[in-house]
Amino acid sequence: MKSQLGADEARFLLEAQINGELPDERGRFGPFGGRYVPETLVPAFERLEEGVRRYLHDREFQHDYRRELREWVGRPTALSHAPQLSERWGTDVWLKREDLAHTGAHKINNAIGQALLAKRLGAKRVIAETGAGQHGVASAAACARVGLPCSVYMGAVDIERQAPNVDRMNRLGAEVVAVETGDKTLRAAIDEALRNWVTDPSGIYYLLGSAVGAHPYPYLVRELQSVIGLEARQQMISQAGGLPDVVFACVGGGSNAIGLFYPLLADDIELVGVEAGGTGDGLGENAATLATGTPGVLQGSYTMILQDGDGQVQETHSISAGLDYSGVGPEHALLQATGRVRYVSASDDESLAALEELCETEGILTALETSHAYAAARKWSQENPGKRVLIGNSGRGDKDMPTLTKYPARIRTHARA
Amino acid sequence: MPAHERLTAAIVTANDDNRPALVPFITAGYPEPGEFINTLRAIAEVGDVIELGIPFSDPMADGMTIQRSSYVALQEGVSLEWIFGELEMAGVLGTPLVMMSYLNPLLAFGYERLAERARATGVCAFIVPDLPYEECEELRQALEKEGLGLIQLVTPATPRERLKMLCDASRGFVYAVTITGITGGDAGLPDDLADYLDDVASVAEIPVCAGFGIRGPDDVANVARHAAGAIVGSALVEVLEEGRDPKAFLRTLGGK
Ligand SMILES: Cc1ncc(COP(=O)(O)O)c(C=O)c1O
Repeated sequence: MKSQLGADEARFLLEAQINGELPDERGRFGPFGGRYVPETLVPAFERLEEGVRRYLHDREFQHDYRRELREWVGRPTALSHAPQLSERWGTDVWLKREDLAHTGAHKINNAIGQALLAKRLGAKRVIAETGAGQHGVASAAACARVGLPCSVYMGAVDIERQAPNVDRMNRLGAEVVAVETGDKTLRAAIDEALRNWVTDPSGIYYLLGSAVGAHPYPYLVRELQSVIGLEARQQMISQAGGLPDVVFACVGGGSNAIGLFYPLLADDIELVGVEAGGTGDGLGENAATLATGTPGVLQGSYTMILQDGDGQVQETHSISAGLDYSGVGPEHALLQATGRVRYVSASDDESLAALEELCETEGILTALETSHAYAAARKWSQENPGKRVLIGNSGRGDKDMPTLTKYPARIRTHARA
Repeated sequence: MPAHERLTAAIVTANDDNRPALVPFITAGYPEPGEFINTLRAIAEVGDVIELGIPFSDPMADGMTIQRSSYVALQEGVSLEWIFGELEMAGVLGTPLVMMSYLNPLLAFGYERLAERARATGVCAFIVPDLPYEECEELRQALEKEGLGLIQLVTPATPRERLKMLCDASRGFVYAVTITGITGGDAGLPDDLADYLDDVASVAEIPVCAGFGIRGPDDVANVARHAAGAIVGSALVEVLEEGRDPKAFLRTLGGK
């Protein structure tokens, strides 16, 4: 399968994407995407695709979805100016505050939308995977809200480093299933959720948490997350006096980034996705899939993945559980191939320092995932003084306390420096 | 004759002998890469067709046993390249081989090269559990050029119209998954298995082999009345894991 695009093809695909023509009827974003799933799940995917076609843009569904976003999630979320950070960085910095959404991250936009869909599709129970635990908490809350039982698959490594979220899921009535296989992080959790789904494809609804996986998930998640970019666009115009010059978002699977970028694709704005640079450039030291990966099929989709020459998927490292994933959504693979979005990475240390700086300057404890976007925006600002910067503040950092308490000395040093 | 027809012929020969074809599955190079060819030769004496599992990092359709064997084999450095090398050194086995692999290792190897190496080493067909019919055209064509087949899986969840399409597209045999679930389950075979297998057999124009959850002589006998062959995977891998004799175990299930 091919992954390189000629110049004409890239232009054509970008235009198709802006016009809302992607994914195509085969679930492709250009060469990327598709549906690589076991035969047992094919009918379930067809039902899901049919359900998405029937309900997602249906008036009644949209009415319910928007009401939940407004009255239960608390949307629109604020756009905050960041005066201290702006002064330090020499740019005009604005923050789209998904941390203020119910349960503390953008994940809820997708979770409540899919929970409403699961209900309409007659699901008996919901399963979900989680890395940072934010999608798990959002799924638990959304399932409680619509009245469906929920099981959340979570890698054993993540259960330890995101402990506060495990307790939250339990209290919200979800069962948390510890995944001890594979790399014991997000990828293993998705594998295990898929294995469970195969046991009852017609009764179970799989509430996937990022813009990854087989068609129609990357499309469905993008549509549900686009509310971020739609709101931010209007808020920038009315509050900041115009669109930003540049937008930063962190990229794990890519759901908050696609939600923020997608409504801005047609605008003359530089878009930058920030992946986890971990501790270095070597295979296994980071989760910078787009920057260092190669095309392949992982968990249902043809996309960029971190793999060795034999096609074995590699383990990743990131201080943030939500970015610690060897794949990425296929639409991001296309956005990289067409050159519309630039993908960079930020290291563990840079992200920790950025987290601390934001706490100190704006009084916001952001998630470790989100901190990566700040680290990259900070660097960019040094070279582009005076520009207007928008950062997707995808979630809050309370969940990261078990990790952060391991770095007290280092963080204090950074803050004083 | 194309290689996939040799596969069909081996199953028909067993059936002509009034017994189901026995299709043992092993994870290549597990538990000891050094023992791979000896194990293969041993099970080739009993099995009518051998299914070779290519280890993969994300075996999403497999249960604990095959996950574990995949993991160990990868740790030991087993790869497609290594497997083909071993098969070349071993020479002709006499028993047709089928490779079971997730898609990504095949993609990384390159389809054309894959088909050539496979044909040269006695592999007759491929089973790719994460490659549904809708996505399989490119691989199917590459395999067909070398006379190799792409075996389609059908499951109890497969709707009727789709069943016909998959059976028609399959080469060598049709793989009927017995349960709605992953490999290695010990919940036993479902009660309505006979109806389902009869259904598949009535639609398929080539032999149907049943797999998943077949662990002992009773299961084989149970399946044999409604399918041309029985695929035994996790139970055999467990035998290898425990250091028991695979040939003796397979003899309890029948075979040639
Ligand atoms: C706060 C936050 N931001 C970002 C992410 C990364 O996911 P995605 O790339 O899908 O937005 C996560 C994932 O858990 C998260 O919790």
